[in-house]
Amino acid sequence: MLELYILLALLALGFFVGQYLEKQHYRSINARESELVDLVTTSSKHPFGDIPVIIDRRLVQGSVVVSVDYFKRMLAALRNFFGGNVRAYETLVDRARREAVLRLKESCPDAKQIINLRIETSSIFKGAKDQIGSVEVLAYATALYY
Amino acid sequence: MFVTNTEDIPGKRIVACHGVVSGSTVRAKHVGRDIMAGLKNIVGGELKGYTELLIDAREQAFERMQAQARQLGANAVVNVRFSTSSVAAGASEIYIYGTAVTVE
Repeated sequence: MLELYILLALLALGFFVGQYLEKQHYRSINARESELVDLVTTSSKHPFGDIPVIIDRRLVQGSVVVSVDYFKRMLAALRNFFGGNVRAYETLVDRARREAVLRLKESCPDAKQIINLRIETSSIFKGAKDQIGSVEVLAYATALYY
Repeated sequence: MFVTNTEDIPGKRIVACHGVVSGSTVRAKHVGRDIMAGLKNIVGGELKGYTELLIDAREQAFERMQAQARQLGANAVVNVRFSTSSVAAGASEIYIYGTAVTVE
């Protein structure tokens, strides 16, 4: 009986606090994204448009490890049974990617353009016994100053 | 030292190529961080301990790659790639590689 209570408490905690935290995170992501929208970022190898003499170029990176909450993990486990879209994990990787790119941009506020953006996702602790539903996203690119 | 992940150094000309250089590091998480991450895992969100751990590891691998490039007499590394893999349970390997070149 006690175990059931603990499980329910964890689920409730995951549902309410997790949802609140996710909303807050999305709000912060949206605000920062609109702030940094002027910084040209491309995934192509060559700079975009006509540019003057480049004075500096630097490898920049941003990374984040994000995990899902308890409730969503249960939800995803159920989903595994029926198949279909796992929405719970879709928001997880979406948040992680956008956060990583934001951190990359924030690490070089004076850059004029960011080229060759690459995003890599890995589940770092796969294989561990108590698997944590978390992903790591690394974004890296070349920042140009001119 | 110039390091980029593009095939050339924008605004510079490559005059010599020294071959592939790489740096790697394998890191394991420690118990304290594990407990914190376990707690954080109930409500979800960023696992700051792990983020920092991986940033540290990446810095070290990056340093190693640059040291190797310097040893070859290069002054730049182009086409840098990152890769992360979990080699064993609870440990992850960070591998960074690129091409060492000399630019004008």
